[in-house]
Amino acid sequence: MSTTATVPPESSKASMLYDPKVRGLVYQGALVVGIGLLFYLATTNAIDNLRAARIASGFGFLSSTSGFDVNQTLVPYNATSTYGQAFLVGLLNTLLVAVIGCILATFLGFAMGIARLSSNWIVAKTAMVYVEVIRNLPLLLQLLFWYIAVLRPLPDARNSVSMGAGFFLNNRGLFVPRPLFAADAWLVWAALAVGIVGSVAFAVFARRTQEQTGKQYPVVLTSLALVLGLPLLVWLVLGLVTANPISFEMPEQQRFNLRGGLQVIPEFVALTLGLVVYTSGFIAEVVRAGILAVSKGQSEAAHALGLRSGPTLKLVVIPQAMRVIIPPLTSQYLNLTKNSSLAVAIGYPDLVQVFMGTVLNQTGQAIECVAITMAVYLTISLITSAGMNIYNSRKALVER
Amino acid sequence: MKSRMTQIALALGAGLVGAALATSPAAAQATLANVKQKGFLQCGSNPGLAGFGVPNAQGEWSGLDVDFCRAIAAAIFNDPTKVRFIPLSAKDRFTALQSGEIDVLARNSTMTMSRDTQLGLDFPVVNYYDGQGFMVRKKLGVASAKELNGASICTQQGTTTELNLADFFRGNNLKYEVVAFATADETFKAYDTGRCDAFTTDASGLYAQRLISATPDDHLVLPEIISKEPLGPSVRHGDNQWADIVRWVHNAMLNAEEYKVTKANVDEMMKSPNPEIKRLLGAEGSFGEAIGLTKDWAYRIVKHVGNYGEVFDRNVGEGSPLKIKRGVNALWTQGGLQYGIPIR
Ligand SMILES: N[C@@H](CCC(=O)N[C@@H](CS)C(=O)NCC(=O)O)C(=O)O
Repeated sequence: MSTTATVPPESSKASMLYDPKVRGLVYQGALVVGIGLLFYLATTNAIDNLRAARIASGFGFLSSTSGFDVNQTLVPYNATSTYGQAFLVGLLNTLLVAVIGCILATFLGFAMGIARLSSNWIVAKTAMVYVEVIRNLPLLLQLLFWYIAVLRPLPDARNSVSMGAGFFLNNRGLFVPRPLFAADAWLVWAALAVGIVGSVAFAVFARRTQEQTGKQYPVVLTSLALVLGLPLLVWLVLGLVTANPISFEMPEQQRFNLRGGLQVIPEFVALTLGLVVYTSGFIAEVVRAGILAVSKGQSEAAHALGLRSGPTLKLVVIPQAMRVIIPPLTSQYLNLTKNSSLAVAIGYPDLVQVFMGTVLNQTGQAIECVAITMAVYLTISLITSAGMNIYNSRKALVER
Repeated sequence: MKSRMTQIALALGAGLVGAALATSPAAAQATLANVKQKGFLQCGSNPGLAGFGVPNAQGEWSGLDVDFCRAIAAAIFNDPTKVRFIPLSAKDRFTALQSGEIDVLARNSTMTMSRDTQLGLDFPVVNYYDGQGFMVRKKLGVASAKELNGASICTQQGTTTELNLADFFRGNNLKYEVVAFATADETFKAYDTGRCDAFTTDASGLYAQRLISATPDDHLVLPEIISKEPLGPSVRHGDNQWADIVRWVHNAMLNAEEYKVTKANVDEMMKSPNPEIKRLLGAEGSFGEAIGLTKDWAYRIVKHVGNYGEVFDRNVGEGSPLKIKRGVNALWTQGGLQYGIPIR
């Protein structure tokens, strides 16, 4: 049917059968319908079977009282809250570890990846040993190492190490002062917002001016002054004029443990540390590969233009390497997020531990809990991928 | 992207189909026929709780719940060894029973209304009346659970323990930090290495755990019992014949104890003139046949496994390292709650 031009219009209808585009659409449609049907059948079958076996089904359980406590909750929660709220607690705990983990792993990974390419023999070899050891030990083992071998031997709760300024450390975690916000504390937040907006605006301005005139501004220092200085100033002024807008509740020694302040539980520390260290090993390799993918001529040209090594790396090599780095870096973020479910081994109350562990068991609604948990991980992964894809397309090579 | 979505949808669909088929109602019926056909009983057991269900270095299992499964096997096969024990954590136990992976769950599991009515299970009998307690290190100087305000407490996930703990502290208006783990080992280790001030579980479990601690004398079990824990075997809801077997195996063992029929004297007792004993051992009537077994079903149980008192004594009582008193688990004739339903 390549000679479409010679085919008379009347017979073009019949030829639609052979049109690869139409066929493709039909096949895809059939597949979608088929999958939909399968899904429908599986669901109704499951519901029928559960009913026949007298196992409760449906999502109504999400609004019944949970009856159990959790030791790290980012939203208000107690034993009188619902299973739905317990789900939220677990989800937020997972996201907390994932976000903090990804950020720290990126820093550590970039540092190690760059260090591996250092011309300094000791730095390069140290980074190499780090990467090889970390990547080749099972993550579970590393988590248990941090939890049992590193954090457990800390002094017990009645002999906490005081680190000054209301910071304490013991085998129940890290205790820090808890900020208490008075009514007019919003002014401080407002100052912070102004600072952030201001520093972004300044950065844009500085970039434009540099592109046009070559004049450079101290962007980092100015941003710091705006973001930190402005709120601090407002805080100070408010404190002098009216009452202190932000005060701190200090942890205090009680019979069993410190009370008050904020407690960072050791399970969180162990999980975050374990994930960060493990993932950074992989990110280091990704970064190294990305940098090596940038042709040597690029840095030679930069050197020839008189740029020193630091600026060469920052302005010439890394921006080009990012194109190679981002896709595998995304996988590492996804891995870290999914690996956070190993929390279950060290008792950190993440989504899997709280929802697939306690809630599933207390309600017996296995299919619902597993389906929800799968949907959550899928959603987190797809959102992460989408975000990184957008970032990647902005970094991609633009032909000018 | 599109193809990835399709893959995911397929995987999800397949998972659901698997899940849907796994709980097919056919599995809920005719467990006895199925067990006879397999030639052995699949018994969900505790992975390691001294006195209730624990394998030794040779892989031989022992315990009160283990012997319960052996008694069922003895009644069916006249051979107490025809059992496969499947170790299950608190989290996995009920799913394993629902999905048909095991025929009976005998794993120090508390009967509660929600478990009995919402999980598709039945708890035909209570083979051990227990209650939840706390254990602390002696050097803490705590004498009562009411003093635990502000303490960190280690507990195991997916248990009634977790819920009772929340109830107790809420009811007494006390604060605490709960640290929950998936397995008993992790939970106790966390307590033992100082992550928690107290460890809580069924009182029987406290004694069992203290026994395996490196320094048993450093720990104190507090006097308060904060809950009722009627522990018993469970089966899938809907297979009444199978539930009957489980119910009458326990009652046979209780009646045997009441009429002083023991492993050692059961052959002699066959000749006893006592009509209760005659009916129990099948010398008169054929009660076992009504539940799909033979008329000497109870004889087989006592001959191979023993009566309830013997089983209690050798696993958790005076004849065991646990040395737990009969207490509420004594026969009703001794002021306890164990009451053998008449076989007639
Ligand atoms: N009776 C309670 C608790 C039963 C339970 O699981 N107890 C724990 C602590 S003694 C246990 O046996 N754990 C053994 C394991 O999972 O390895 C229930 O049914 O929820």
